Amino acid sequence: MDKLTHLTIEDALAGLKNKDFTATELTQAHIDAMEANRDLNAFIVETPEIALRQAAESDKRYAAGEARPLDGIPFANKDLFCTEGVQTTAASKILEGFVPRYESTVSAKLFADGAVMLGKANLDQFAMGSSNTTSAFGNVISPWKATDGKDLVPGGSSGGSAAAVAARMAMGATATDTGGSIRQPASFCGIVGIKPTYGRCSRWGVVAFASSLDTPGPLARTVKDNALLLASMAGHDPKDSTSANRDVPDFVSAITGDIKGLKIGIPKEFKLDGMPAEIEKLWEQGMAWLKEAGAEMVEISLPHTKYALPTYYIIAPAEASSNLARYDGVRYGHRSTESKTLDDMYKKTRAEGFGDEVKRRIMIGAYVLSAGYYDAYYIKAQKVRRLILQDFEKAYETVDAILTPTAPSGAFAIGENEDDPIKMYLNDVFTVTANLAGIPAMSVPAGLDANGLPLGLQILGRAWDEETVFKVGGVVETAAQFSAIPQAIMKKAA
Amino acid sequence: MAKLIQGETGEWEMVIGMEVHAQVIAKSKLFSGASAQFGAEPNTQVSLVDAAMPGMLPVLNEYVVEQAIKTGLGLNSKINNTSVFERKNYFYPDLPQGYQISQFEFPIVGEGTIEIDLPDGTTKEIGITRLHLEQDAGKSVHDQHPTKSFVDLNRSGCALMEIVSEPDIRGPEEAAAYLSKLRMILRYLGTCDGNMEEGSMRADVNISVRKPGEKLGIRAEIKNVNSVKAVQQAIDFEVARQIEILEDGGEVVQETRLWDPAKQETRPMRSKEEAHDYRYFPDPDLLPLHVSNDQIESIKTTLPELPDEKKHRFMNEYGLSLYDSSVLIAEQRRADYYETVANDNDSKLAANWVINELLGILNKNETPLADSPVSAAQLAGLIGLISDNTISGKIAKDVFAEMYASGKDAAVIVEEKGLKQVTDTGAIEAVIDEVIAENPDNVTAYKGGKDKLFGFFVGQVMKKMQGKANPAAVNEILKKKLG
Repeated sequence: MDKLTHLTIEDALAGLKNKDFTATELTQAHIDAMEANRDLNAFIVETPEIALRQAAESDKRYAAGEARPLDGIPFANKDLFCTEGVQTTAASKILEGFVPRYESTVSAKLFADGAVMLGKANLDQFAMGSSNTTSAFGNVISPWKATDGKDLVPGGSSGGSAAAVAARMAMGATATDTGGSIRQPASFCGIVGIKPTYGRCSRWGVVAFASSLDTPGPLARTVKDNALLLASMAGHDPKDSTSANRDVPDFVSAITGDIKGLKIGIPKEFKLDGMPAEIEKLWEQGMAWLKEAGAEMVEISLPHTKYALPTYYIIAPAEASSNLARYDGVRYGHRSTESKTLDDMYKKTRAEGFGDEVKRRIMIGAYVLSAGYYDAYYIKAQKVRRLILQDFEKAYETVDAILTPTAPSGAFAIGENEDDPIKMYLNDVFTVTANLAGIPAMSVPAGLDANGLPLGLQILGRAWDEETVFKVGGVVETAAQFSAIPQAIMKKAA
Repeated sequence: MAKLIQGETGEWEMVIGMEVHAQVIAKSKLFSGASAQFGAEPNTQVSLVDAAMPGMLPVLNEYVVEQAIKTGLGLNSKINNTSVFERKNYFYPDLPQGYQISQFEFPIVGEGTIEIDLPDGTTKEIGITRLHLEQDAGKSVHDQHPTKSFVDLNRSGCALMEIVSEPDIRGPEEAAAYLSKLRMILRYLGTCDGNMEEGSMRADVNISVRKPGEKLGIRAEIKNVNSVKAVQQAIDFEVARQIEILEDGGEVVQETRLWDPAKQETRPMRSKEEAHDYRYFPDPDLLPLHVSNDQIESIKTTLPELPDEKKHRFMNEYGLSLYDSSVLIAEQRRADYYETVANDNDSKLAANWVINELLGILNKNETPLADSPVSAAQLAGLIGLISDNTISGKIAKDVFAEMYASGKDAAVIVEEKGLKQVTDTGAIEAVIDEVIAENPDNVTAYKGGKDKLFGFFVGQVMKKMQGKANPAAVNEILKKKLG
C-alpha cells in the first residue's frame, strides 16, 4: 500500500477511475502514513472516521460512474479553515475546543468535488510565523533532515499542510498565504504551492489574520495537482465581499509546456546583498531553463521592493489587531477562570489564550493604528502598498511573468531565528510583495542546497492570470526534474 | 427666536448640535441576513456574522444603502458617490467583533438642511453635517442574575443611520422642533419608524454656552436622551449647569455626560483615563461603497412628497394657515386623510373639522388615526351635508358624535333621526311668529335698542325646531319680522 501514498493526484484519479484500487484503500494508506508520521506533529486533529466515510461515498460514486473531479483524494485541511463538527483552533489555545457549526467555503467546495479530509493540519498560531514554531500544539517537524541530523522547520505558516504533503501523508492540502505562508513552506518541503490572485478563493470560514492579504490556496507535489485542487477551491462567493465575480479558468489546460516567446521579468531589486550563492545559482539555473524553453529573460525594476517587508509588517498586524479582537472569552473559546471583573477577564483570557508572536503582532497593530501614529505608519504603509502594486503593473506592461527565488534560504533548524523576530520576518522578503499587490505567485521545487534541502523558485503573474503562472511553473517543474524524497520517508520505507 | 438665558453676569446663548441614531427600516441587518425586527426572544435573531464567529465576513445590505440615500435626499443633502466603511475598535461584551463597522472619514451622505417649525409660527433652517451608516451593538442585561451579566445580540448588527446636525440649534424648543421634524421626515420616507420608546431613534445632544457674539464655548455631549421631552429637560439642566460653572469662574470640561431621567440631571459618563482610542481604519473585509448618479436619480423618483413641501402646498393650494398646515402634515396619514376630506369640500371647513373635531376626539380617546371609526370619506360626506345646507354646523356636531360612536354614514344618521335642516321659510315663519307672540317684553326691548337680544330669538326658534332650522333663513326672517 505504501506506493499509493507516492502517487500524484492526477495518477490517483486515473487509478481510481480505472478501478486499480478503491478510494477506501487510497484513504487507508494515507491514514496509515498519517499515524506512522505522528512524530512530525503535522496534524492537530486527525479525522480518519470522516475520511473513511467520505472515501466510502466516493467508492459508491465510482461504482455508479458518477465520480466527481476530486473523488477519493485524501487531503490535509489547514486548521485555519473552519470545519463543521470538527475542532478548529488556528493553532491557538484561545480557540481550543471550538467546534464550528459551519464549513468554510473552500473546504465545502473540496468536499462537493469528492475530496476526503484526513485531518486538521498544524500551522503557526493564527498563521503568524514562518517556522511553525508558534503553534500552541507544538511545532511541526519537517520530514527533511539536515546533514547533521537536526530537526528542521517545515516553514510556515502552512507548515503542517506542507509537511503532510511532503511526507506522503496527504496528496494535497489546503493552505493560506498572507505573506508567503503557502510558498515558503512549499519551498522548504520540496513541494509545489500557489497563492492565487486575492479574491480568487473565498475567505469565508477561514479564521482571519490580515483580511486584505489572506489568500487561500493549495499545496501538492506537482504543478498539475495544484491546478486540480485550485480549480475546485476557486470561484465567486457572495458571502465574501472581496471575492471576485469572475469565471475560473481551466488551470490544468494552461500547463502546456509551451512558453515560447513569453517574456519573463527578472527583478534586479531581488538580488539582495549577502544572498547565499546557492540561491543565486538556483535562480540563474531557473532563467536558463526558461530560456531553453523559448522564453525571453527581461531585467525589470520593482523599485519599491525594499519597502515591502516593513509595509507588510505594518498592514498585516494592524488588520490582525482588529480581527483578533473577537477572541474575548465572551462567546466561545478559552475564557480565563481567574478573573473577577470584565476588564480582568479580557486581559487574562487573552494573555492566557494567545501565544507570544500573536501578542507581539496585536501590539504592533494596535500601535500603528493608534491616534498620533496612524498617519505615520498605517496611512504611509497603504501608500507604499499602492506604489508596490504600480511597480508590478508597470512591469507587466513588458513581461508576462516574473521569476525569483521563493525564500532567501533553505529550511533552518527548529529554534533558529527564534531570538530575533526581525530575522524571522526576513524569510518573507521575496514573498510579501505578491500579497501586497494581490497577484498570483507559485513556488516550484527547483533543486537542493548544500545540505541536501529543497529550494524553490517563485513565479509571479499578472492579477487573474494564474494560467501563465501554471504554464511557466510547469516548465520549471519539467526542467528541474525534482525527485528528492524527504529522508524521514526514506527511512520509514526502508 | 434664539432664546437667551439671563445669568448673573448677563445673557447667555446656548449652542446645540444633535446626533441622532435612527434604526433603518429593513428586513435584515446591515451586514447579515438575520432579522432586524424588534421585540423577539433574546438571541433568536443572531447570524454567525452577528455573533462574530471565526472566519465570518460582512456582506453589505443593498436595501439599507438605498434607505440611507433616500434619507439623505429627504434631508436635502449631498449623496457621496464613494463612501468607506471603517472599524471602530473597542472591547465590550455586546460588541462581538470587538469593533463596530461604521463610516468615519467618508460618510454616504454629506451636508444638507431641514426646516423646523417653531411654536411662535416661524420657521428656521438647521444644517445637516452628515449621515452615515453603522452597526448597532447588542444589549447587556444586568438584572437576571445576582453576579452575572447576560448579552442579547438581537440588535447586534442592525443598521443605524447617524444623523449629525450643525450647531445651529439655539434652545430647547428648537431642539424639540428639530427632533420632531427629523422624525417626521424619516417616517414620511419610511426609513425609520421613529419610535423613541423602543429605542429605534435615540439622540445625543452637544451643548455649549457663550455670551452672544463670542466664540464657541466648550461643549459637553449628553447621551441617553430618549424622548423629545427629555431633550428639552436635559438641555435646561445642562445649560444651567454650564452657566453656573462659568459664572463661578470655572471651565466646562469637554466630556460625555449621561442624562438621568429619574434624577433629572446629567452626570459624567466616563473619566478621561478611560477615554478610548478607537483606532479607526478602513474595514478590509468590505470594498469602498460606490453609488452612481443614475442610482441616486432613480431613488429620487421614489421619494414621497416631504413634510415641508406638503406644508407649503397646503398653504398655497388650500389656503390654510401655517399652523393648520403644520398640524395636518405632521403625519403622512393625517395629511392624506385631510386631502380626502378636502377633495370635494370647502378646504378650510375641512381643515377645521379634521383638526378640531376629529383629532380632538381621537386625542381624547388616545386613538390613532389609523383606528378612527370615522373614515375620511365619511367625514367628507358629513361636511358635504353642511355645505349643501342639508344640516347645520351645529347639528353636524351631533351627527359626528353619532358617527364616531356607531361608524354609520352621516346621511344615514340624518335620515334615521330626521335631522334634515328645515329650509321651508313658511314653517320657519310660523315658528318665529310663535316666538314673537310668546315674548312681547323682549320684542319691545329689542325694538328699544337691545340688539343683543337677537340671539335670544334665534335660540328660541332653534329650540322649538330642534336645531334643524336653517340658521341663515332664521336670521333673515327674524330680522324682517323684528323690523
